[in-house]
Amino acid sequence: MTGSVAMHMSDGLLNTTTSLLFIGVAVVGLAVAAAKARADLDDRTAPLAGLVAAFVFATQMLNFPVLPGVSGHLLGGALAAILVGPWVGALCVSIVLVVQALVFADGGVTALGANITNMALIGTAAGFLVATLLKRFATGKAGLVVVAFVAALVNTVVASLGFVLEFAIGGDPAFSLGAVSATVVGVHCLIGLGEGVITALTVGAVAAVRPDLVYLLRGTSRPLELREGTPA
Amino acid sequence: MNTKTRNLSFLLGFLLVALVLAGAVSYLADSNPDGLDHATLQGCEVVETAEGEQLQGSCIAQNAKNHQFAGSPLADYAIGGGENTTGVAGVIGVVVTVVVAGGFFWMLRRRPKA
Repeated sequence: MTGSVAMHMSDGLLNTTTSLLFIGVAVVGLAVAAAKARADLDDRTAPLAGLVAAFVFATQMLNFPVLPGVSGHLLGGALAAILVGPWVGALCVSIVLVVQALVFADGGVTALGANITNMALIGTAAGFLVATLLKRFATGKAGLVVVAFVAALVNTVVASLGFVLEFAIGGDPAFSLGAVSATVVGVHCLIGLGEGVITALTVGAVAAVRPDLVYLLRGTSRPLELREGTPA
Repeated sequence: MNTKTRNLSFLLGFLLVALVLAGAVSYLADSNPDGLDHATLQGCEVVETAEGEQLQGSCIAQNAKNHQFAGSPLADYAIGGGENTTGVAGVIGVVVTVVVAGGFFWMLRRRPKA
């Protein structure tokens, strides 16, 4: 990894068995997500979901400083889940990670399972869960922005815990798990603040112009739908 | 504006923002190692040598293998490794992602019953 702009886990950080294990986890998780995502995708939301993936790709390139000599970047799970739902959101982040690994040599190919598990599955699930739980306490646009911030912060920290778990299972035992974990999770608390700000700004902007396209707002202030051919 | 135009202009606006972020704002990105790299580099010092950057000391990142596609034309978000090509690589990335993701989601979507 010398002299590269890697943003995700490279190959070799986890042993082969663990890498394969998490490829399995990722495949199962993505199969479930794809099956569930269908219900959330129609002529209107499918193009939006494609753009959310592109937006996550673009935003992941924007590393911001968190400590002297240390940067962070958006992971995007909470952002995607709030805009297009958890299942479609997990697929959005996964597609970004696949494009980055195969086209931009960012994130190892055998580490793809672990990277997808952390950022697309665990992070997205945690972010969406927090957003759903907090939604009932939040009112109006300001409430939504706060919910987005907290959900994104949790998403980042929980995703970093995924790395800790993987390193505990299949990392190089020559290195202290405690020290690595403390650094990874500590830094991701700071990165989470940046992820929170970017997510809050993005969700706030979309909600300002098209609240009807924000998945998390579905069922809240939605006008009644007239269904043709369905007896009342 | 009718619904179709409204949807289309929103989507185009969203795409434009992504293109500007990847194509222009990306030049302002912090090039320091990210949180994960920082953690795996603990214990090492990055030293510039004639053969590129070398890691001296003992750290997890020394276990990292070179990427299988390290020699690919867009590796490391640059065109053929060229300086100052990040924005172009970013624009290509946004286009590739929107085509792959948009195409996949379009295939997966529920179709209205005929």
